[in-house]
Amino acid sequence: MAEIAMMSGFALILLGIFGALTNRNLLRMIVAFSIASTGVNVVLVSIGYLPGRTAPILDAAVPLESAAAQIVDPVPQALVLTAIVIGLGVTALMLAYAYSLFRHRKSLDISDFTELKW
Amino acid sequence: MVRAFVTLVFVAILGLAFGRLALDYVPDAALNQTAVHYAELTPPETGAQNVVAAIIVTYRGLDTLGEVTVLFLTAAIVALVLAQTSGPTKGRGSGLLPSGELLQTGTRMLTPLILLFGIYVFVNGHLTPGGGFQGGAILASAALLLLLADPVRRFSHRLLSWVESGSGVFYVLIGVFGLFLAGGFLDNRILPLGDFGSIFSAGAIPLIYALIGLKVGAEFSSILESLEEAEDH
Repeated sequence: MAEIAMMSGFALILLGIFGALTNRNLLRMIVAFSIASTGVNVVLVSIGYLPGRTAPILDAAVPLESAAAQIVDPVPQALVLTAIVIGLGVTALMLAYAYSLFRHRKSLDISDFTELKW
Repeated sequence: MVRAFVTLVFVAILGLAFGRLALDYVPDAALNQTAVHYAELTPPETGAQNVVAAIIVTYRGLDTLGEVTVLFLTAAIVALVLAQTSGPTKGRGSGLLPSGELLQTGTRMLTPLILLFGIYVFVNGHLTPGGGFQGGAILASAALLLLLADPVRRFSHRLLSWVESGSGVFYVLIGVFGLFLAGGFLDNRILPLGDFGSIFSAGAIPLIYALIGLKVGAEFSSILESLEEAEDH
């Protein structure tokens, strides 16, 4: 299971990077970045998975004495929770900047913004 | 064409690197030392059932405070960027047809339920999967429903900013109380740990998660409202 999740996570990262590099439309690039960051999250969670174990919630199903032998790694899950929230903030900022660029320049095509090009 | 080919080559090289990583990956047989520490010491030290919640709110509480600050900065910058670039205004929501009776009544019925569910998710964050960020996002989805059903509607900026800054101030105050009453900044043992597994347990974790939920909900709502405001011009 973890291998499938990890492979699809890596595939999402590659798709996202490819999309961000080949698309010329700012909105499509933002979507591609979101896909790539989702892929990173999937890979991180799949690394924390250990075969045959359960979620890190110590309820009736997980006796406290043997908790360390029964739960998956909670640290990557906490890390990914943070990463999802920050990813949302980054996406909101990118959308706001794209809107601002469109307001000023009436275009969403990256080829029209050549100030930083050399 | 050449550009697409070069991109494809670079992505293929990166894919090779990823492929080696994924094929050679062997899952650990046991938890590493950090995870074992958290798994064994979470019940006696924090009293929380959800180990992830204990890590986020207590063990890594300072990071979470930083994360909430980043979200606040995002909301502020989005509002600033969108306010500076507003075009010629023709009145709010002009040219929009009023939404139908069904949509308005449905929204009125669903909004309290969504808010209740969001509050449930962040109040139970120390017991079940969930917590302040998820609950706050659910609260903001109620705000999104209101905005979609009635695009002319505006939330009170005063209310949003009071909820946002008030919960932030209380979050830091609870952290400072931890310095004096317990082991350090953001230590949750300023309140009794209570019965393991009950709703009033795990010290200050439910309180901190409720504050995070309110703060995140207010921040997301203000981001949504800024985006909506930019749209009607």
